[in-house]
Amino acid sequence: MTTVLTFADIESKASSLGIDLSTIDLDSIVLPPGEDFGIKSDDEDILHEEEPPEFEAGYGNVIVVDNLPVVSPEKFAKLEGVVRKIYSQTGVIKEGGLWMPLNPETKMTLGYCFIEFNTAQEAKEAQEKTDGYKLDKSHIFVVNMFDDIEKYMNVPDEWTPAEIKPYEPGENLQHWLTDEKARDQFVIRAGTVTEIFWNDARQVRPDPVYQRQYWTDGFVQWSPLGTYLATVHRQGAAVWGGKSTFNRIHRFPHNQVKHIDFSPGERFLVTYSSQEPSNPRDTHRILLNIFDLRTGKLMRDFKGSVDDFTTGGTSGLSGISWPIFKWGGGKEDKYFARIGKNAIYVYETETFILVDKKSYKVDNVVDFSWSPTDPIISLFVPELGGGNQPARVSLVQMPGKEELRQKNLFSVSDCKMYWQSNGEYLAVKVDRYTKTKKSTYTGFELFRIKERDIPIEVLELDNKNDKIIAFAWEPKGHRFAVIHGDGPRPDVSFYSMKTGGITNRVSKLTTLKAKQANALYWSPSGRYIILAGLKGFNGQLEFYNVDELETMSTGEHFMCTDIEWDPTGRYVATAVTSVHEMENGFHIWSFNGKLLYRIPKDHFFQFQWRPRPPSLLSPEKEEEISRNLRKYSKKYELEDQDVSLALSEQDRKKRRAIQEEWETWTTRWKQYYEEERNLRMQLRDGEPSDDEGNQEEYEAKEVEVEEVLDVREEIVNFDQEQ
Amino acid sequence: MRPILMKGHERPLTFLKYNREGDLLFSCAKDHTPTVWFADDGQRLGTYRGHNGAVWCCDVSRDSTRLITGSADQTVKLWDVQTGTQLYSFNFNSPARSVDFSIGDKLVVITTDPFMGNPSTIQVKSIAPHPSDLLTIKGPQGRINRAVWGPLNKTIISAGEDSVIRIWDSETGELLKESDKESGHQKTISSLCMSADKSHFLTGSGDKSAKLWDSRSLTLLKTYVMDRPVNACAISPLLDHVVIGGGQEAVNVTMTDRRAGKFEAKFYHKILQEEIGGVKGHFGPINALAFNPDGRSFSSGGEDGNVRLHHFDPEYFSIRM
Repeated sequence: MTTVLTFADIESKASSLGIDLSTIDLDSIVLPPGEDFGIKSDDEDILHEEEPPEFEAGYGNVIVVDNLPVVSPEKFAKLEGVVRKIYSQTGVIKEGGLWMPLNPETKMTLGYCFIEFNTAQEAKEAQEKTDGYKLDKSHIFVVNMFDDIEKYMNVPDEWTPAEIKPYEPGENLQHWLTDEKARDQFVIRAGTVTEIFWNDARQVRPDPVYQRQYWTDGFVQWSPLGTYLATVHRQGAAVWGGKSTFNRIHRFPHNQVKHIDFSPGERFLVTYSSQEPSNPRDTHRILLNIFDLRTGKLMRDFKGSVDDFTTGGTSGLSGISWPIFKWGGGKEDKYFARIGKNAIYVYETETFILVDKKSYKVDNVVDFSWSPTDPIISLFVPELGGGNQPARVSLVQMPGKEELRQKNLFSVSDCKMYWQSNGEYLAVKVDRYTKTKKSTYTGFELFRIKERDIPIEVLELDNKNDKIIAFAWEPKGHRFAVIHGDGPRPDVSFYSMKTGGITNRVSKLTTLKAKQANALYWSPSGRYIILAGLKGFNGQLEFYNVDELETMSTGEHFMCTDIEWDPTGRYVATAVTSVHEMENGFHIWSFNGKLLYRIPKDHFFQFQWRPRPPSLLSPEKEEEISRNLRKYSKKYELEDQDVSLALSEQDRKKRRAIQEEWETWTTRWKQYYEEERNLRMQLRDGEPSDDEGNQEEYEAKEVEVEEVLDVREEIVNFDQEQ
Repeated sequence: MRPILMKGHERPLTFLKYNREGDLLFSCAKDHTPTVWFADDGQRLGTYRGHNGAVWCCDVSRDSTRLITGSADQTVKLWDVQTGTQLYSFNFNSPARSVDFSIGDKLVVITTDPFMGNPSTIQVKSIAPHPSDLLTIKGPQGRINRAVWGPLNKTIISAGEDSVIRIWDSETGELLKESDKESGHQKTISSLCMSADKSHFLTGSGDKSAKLWDSRSLTLLKTYVMDRPVNACAISPLLDHVVIGGGQEAVNVTMTDRRAGKFEAKFYHKILQEEIGGVKGHFGPINALAFNPDGRSFSSGGEDGNVRLHHFDPEYFSIRM
């Protein structure tokens, strides 16, 4: 029981005991531990009520090295020296951070030691590097993180069968595709808010779906088929989706994740982080994780320094090009590959190991890319030995690694490979040196993948010295567009891989002269293209119909930085993101260049349409629909009409209401004004103050004023002889 | 019609005012000389010399005989409009920001800036029959950018840096009403413009909006959303239009293209709050706007030092919304 004593009580008690309180050093009184004499300390309450503050587990930077030699005290110092030397290579051992316990009886070491590093990262690195280190034949290090020991201790010895959870049907993640009005969604990020909207073009406005503040620490990204929206956080990535709202489907732990990448078929998610080295001379450490998207299971991780993931030479401090892994084999996500020094590493997703258990050796390979539909790799090897060995582009079939086609190229400075989205064609843009080696000119090598023996055709521009500013294949089509020229207004040319009835000759369709364009954006359904003048051209837009070879319309979105077609090719979004301080926001256009609506947003970071999975209709059915389009479109035209009628009706009603509200105000004001008329006149000393009533208080009159400016006498001489 | 460009000032414009008949236009600028122009053809009629600092605001009496100007030289001066002679000078110990004649032109309300430890003030002075002090309201925090008379000289409406609109009793100096945080502006109120019958007024703010208020009840009537900070606004006396001008902050002007700066004067439908159109021309933010009392022309003054006088084309009067 606690009894509360006042200080007066204490004093009286002390005097009755004959103790002078002022002579006692209160600090000298020590209570027996664990005894509080029934007096509760104020601090104690707080300590017990609150959860003990959670410290970061303090042993993250400690490793345990096992299998050390057991030595006597004489040799102790020597062994310690050896261990210290080994571990100083990987990181900085904390002062007094090396502890080798001794057997208290024999004074021999116990064959293990603890090492504490400055940081957990260093500890992790040391553990990875020295686990299995051979000190000598009989002493092979077994190194573990200190924290892991505890984890292993807790593993029960008996195996217990995992509990199988009953199946719970998930939400329909593709619900958005069943929208009655067949609208598309998009996500925007502005300030701290991430919002998802329907693009309601009929109502000429975006229709909000979901919004959330601080949803992501970095960016958001739709999965390639639109099923998920991924967010990134300090602890890892997460994917969201669902029927009505966005629920978290899975979390993918990965500290400090920087980049993410989905496989095209949405089976896997690749996450990436890089770490500053503790020693500035070292390169960045990279960690890549590949997760199964549906189960959330980590399938494989890759660790290494930046150098291991680049082709070398040009790599800078963080000279990786994202994505590191390129996915191949079409939508089945069968293979993924990365480039390394003198080799391409191709993995298969069945086992997550290298195809044939070894990398594909190609000396000096600098670039490769997959066909979007087939397991074919195109790769580029530059010239070697000062031109003695030609540069080459080759096509390699996976998993057999047979070379399907190869083309040698001479005096090449650089190559870029462009696959057509159906994998039917490959265009290789080749920059060659002129004879003097002072400048370069550009040509194209066009591969027809689907034809027998893969014929190659060489295409040079009419003026082959023109610089190529942009190149783009028509999606699913046989045409491509090129922006070329040196001047401030380059030309745009369109080519087709088919010439009239002949399907195997490339031909030029047309050249548009002097366009303010430096970027090309084909509609995802082909046929239409936007010639955009970004950056220096301040956002000029030209909507061009390639079937008819005519400009549909031109527009401008001033300072525009990003352009994106919606997945159906019906609408286009143009956006000014926060790279510019002003004008932030986005505009939505119809495919033919009619501006539908604009939404200004300060600190606008991101606009992304939600992708759609490919259509389930067979090509024949699609053909049939487009033939009988009129029949199908009738229904939608009617709907459109209804909507626009309803809209204008709504609008009229709203306007009337506003107008009426205003009328009530103005009538009241008029009333006040009348009532106060006399008071106002008084204020103006009786002057009939107000203008109404005597509108014609003053009238404009023309008054002629004659003013004598000067009077002068002059003698005028007449000619006397006349 | 082609706008008339009036290049008379050497520094950014600060204020524009038409006289009641609408034949004279008075302009104030950061150079020290208020100027009067023919509001018809933009000819310069004369200047009022005597201030020794930027002139922030002016008002002209109903009979167009007296002009009052408030300046950063810590004086408010009264001028004879016709001759340009200085009749009287009120001296303060901080810059005068805004002046406004009462109905009857006997009183004037003046605001002074916070300066050297002095708080901002709203002061009522008598002009006729002879100049005298009547009332001083020690102001709220921050600069008061504008104070005007309410209906029947009974109230004074003030607005300024603290983004709150206040209505004061003009005799006792008592605070009667205050705009609340939700409906009110979020940033500095830069301008305030009364309707002709003083029943409602328009405020423009750095929060990229202009708002229309009832001047008796201080109810928010309308909000006009802009994509830039608002420096100036005016209410058309003829049609249900308001004109709002502004632009990015002057410090950013040199960093972007003229088209990005949004130096247009934007017309909005007063009732529907919809944008009608814009008038381009200035190559700096618009600092001042005024409608001719007949509603057939308006003028704008910019950071670029120019006044642009616009007479409306006949089509303007037949705009249907």
